[in-house]
Amino acid sequence: MSLRFVAGVKADVTADIVYMMCPMHLLKLEEMMKTLAPGQVLEILTDYDGALEDIPGWCGKTGNEFIGVEETSDFFKFYIRKKER
Amino acid sequence: MRYFDHMATNPLRPEVLDAMMPYLKEEFGNPMSLYALGQKSKKALEEARGQVAALIGAKPQEIIFTASGAEANNMAVRGLAMASKAKGSHIIVSKMEHHSVLNPARMLEKEGFAVTFLPVDKYGMVDPGALEKAITKETVLISVVHASPEVGTIEPVEEIGRIAKKHGVLFHTDAVASAGYLPVDVEALGVSALSLSAHEFYGPKGAGALYLKGGTRIVPLIYGGIQESGRRAGTENIPAIVGMGKAAELAKAGLAERAGKLARLRDRLVAGVLEGIGHVYYTGHPEHRLPGHASFCVEFIEGEAMLLMLAAKGIYAASGSACSSKALKASPVLLSMGISSQLAQGSIVFSLGTDNAEDDIEYAIREFPAVVKRLREISPYAGGWGGVKETGTCIPKN
Repeated sequence: MSLRFVAGVKADVTADIVYMMCPMHLLKLEEMMKTLAPGQVLEILTDYDGALEDIPGWCGKTGNEFIGVEETSDFFKFYIRKKER
Repeated sequence: MRYFDHMATNPLRPEVLDAMMPYLKEEFGNPMSLYALGQKSKKALEEARGQVAALIGAKPQEIIFTASGAEANNMAVRGLAMASKAKGSHIIVSKMEHHSVLNPARMLEKEGFAVTFLPVDKYGMVDPGALEKAITKETVLISVVHASPEVGTIEPVEEIGRIAKKHGVLFHTDAVASAGYLPVDVEALGVSALSLSAHEFYGPKGAGALYLKGGTRIVPLIYGGIQESGRRAGTENIPAIVGMGKAAELAKAGLAERAGKLARLRDRLVAGVLEGIGHVYYTGHPEHRLPGHASFCVEFIEGEAMLLMLAAKGIYAASGSACSSKALKASPVLLSMGISSQLAQGSIVFSLGTDNAEDDIEYAIREFPAVVKRLREISPYAGGWGGVKETGTCIPKN
C-alpha cells in the first residue's frame, strides 16, 4: 500500500504514542483497533518515521483502510479506518 | 550498631525479601516472553505496578519502573523538557534539589534551555510567590523536591501544583525522601510527574519509579525496546520491582502511626543535642519537616570527623548530601539557605527509621556531645572563626 498524505481527517479515537519506542506504533495500533467499531477511524500520533512504512503495510496485511498520514512539525498523524465486520 | 542514616538507605523488610525470592530463583522468566514462565513474571510486574500506584494514588499505567530514584529524576527533568521543546525552553528548579535534578537541568542549559535555579529561605523553603514570578511564556517545567533529604524541610508542593496548573506548566516533584514517611498523593499534590526510590521505603536497591500523569509526553532516556510502554528500554529487574511493590504496600499501611513514632524520637534527639552541645544549629524547617529527620550544623568542627568518631562508637549518621558524605565539602543546599561555608562544614544528619528505639536516641544523646567536645579540643577553630558569634538560636540567620 502506498503512502498518501491527507489533512483535516476527523477521527473517532486518538492514540498519542509520541516518543514511545518502536514497535509501540504497531502494538498500540492493534490494541486500539480492537476497541473500535467497524467503520470508525483511529488517529495515531507518533514521531517514529518507521511508521510511514509499517502502518500502511499493516493495513494492507490486515485489510483495514489506510486513509493517510498528515505531517506536523513534531510528529505524524496516521488515520486508519477499521474494516467492516 | 545504631543506624541513623535512613535517608542514605534502609535494610530490606523481611516480607519484601520473601516476596522477591521466587523471582531470584525459579521464576526467572522474561516478562516479554509469551510462554507461561514469562507470563508469570509479567503478572508479577503488573501487580507491583499496581502496588506502587496505590502508594501514591496513581493509576497503574501511570507508573514507569526505573533502576533508581536518580534515573526517575533524570528522566523527568530531561524527558519532560525535551518533549515540550516546541512550546518553550525555560525550566525552573529549586536550589534544594538533589544532583539528579540539578545536573540534568545544567545539561539542558548547555543545550539551549534557560534554567532558573530558584532561591530558598533560611529554612530551605521555596517561596511559591517567587516561583510564580519566575514563570514566563517560555516556561515548560517546574521541579521542586517534596521533602529535602538533607535538611528535612517539606516544600509547599500542593501550592506549587496549583500555580503550575494555573499557568499550564508541567510540574515534577522528587518524592524519594518523603514516600513512606509522608502521605504522597499525586492528585492532592497536583503533579505531572513524581520520582520514587524503593530502598528509601525498605525495598531493594536497583528499583525506582517515575509517576507520569496519563497523557503526558516524555522523551525516553534509554532507547531500545517496548518495555514500560516504550518509555524505558531494558528487561525489567523483576525481583527488585516485585520487592518495590511489596515495600510500597507495607509503606502505605500504618504510615501515620510510624510517622508519629519517628517524630517523637526525633524531637527527643533534637532536644538532647541542643541541650548537650553549644554552638549547634538545627537546620531546615523546625516544624514542616520529615518526621524522622534531624539535621544540624556544629560549629568549629567538620562533619566527616564527627561521622568517623561517631562510627567508632557504633553510631552511623551522614553529613552534607545525605547519600554521600564525601561528595562535597560545603553542601550547596546549606549554602543556598544562607548558612556560611564554614558552618556548613559541620553539617550532620540523623535520619531515623522504624528500627530505631528510644534506647538508640538516649545513646546518641550521651555520646554525640563527647565526640564534639573531643573534636573541638583539637580543632584549630575551637576559639571561633571570627565574626561568628553564638546566637543562642538553633536557626541560622539569613
